[in-house]
Amino acid sequence: MEIKDFLDPGAIVLNMEAETSEEVIRELGGRLLDLGFVTDDFIDATLEREANMPTGLPLGGSVNAAIPHVDIEYVKKSALGLATLKQEVVFYNMVENEVAVPCRLVIMLALDQPKSQVEMLQSVAAVLQQPVVIDALIAAESVKEIYAALS
Amino acid sequence: MAKTVIVSCGTAIATSTVAAKAIEEACKAAGIDVVTKQCKAAEIKNFVDGADLIVTTSQVRFDPGIPVINGLAFLTGIGKDKVIEEIIATLKG
Repeated sequence: MEIKDFLDPGAIVLNMEAETSEEVIRELGGRLLDLGFVTDDFIDATLEREANMPTGLPLGGSVNAAIPHVDIEYVKKSALGLATLKQEVVFYNMVENEVAVPCRLVIMLALDQPKSQVEMLQSVAAVLQQPVVIDALIAAESVKEIYAALS
Repeated sequence: MAKTVIVSCGTAIATSTVAAKAIEEACKAAGIDVVTKQCKAAEIKNFVDGADLIVTTSQVRFDPGIPVINGLAFLTGIGKDKVIEEIIATLKG
């Protein structure tokens, strides 16, 4: 199982124009909701979790990422959402919560079982660890290019 | 006796899963018998008893009385070798 197996084309947003992390989470969460992957309260729960336990990850290059996610009770079926952002949007550092992390890539994780999607999670981490893939995702102008970058 | 590493994150389903797998593999390679226990950051207190180390991908907001190591490197890859060295040194210590 790889990222692209969990990533519905309908849950990909390219070059999104957003100013806040809330806008990004609402957009991606709304897509996952419309596609039937998550419950009605998924978005609010994810926003609340992001406020208390942020998910911004400095990647050491020109692009940082955030991986918003929430408890399994809000998820019907595991899925991912992915957004590339036209301008940097501030998320906060996962461990050092007071540190702002300007992000241009957001991968939303909707997981329906604890510890079950290890391979998928590892492939998300693997993507985050490859600057070449990150750059290709940011440069992508079509959903097809997103899948190409991930394979 | 096996060393116990608490691997905590916000929800105990995502980032701690990635970190726990990486820690298990690194310890195995270093010949350290290790047991990982995943939990939410808010649950650390319930797991600290008898544990040797906490590796966390979320903020630990209290002093747990055992070493705490930042595990973000398992997600981002940045400084991963150094973090693994630190974990192994702590467990061998």
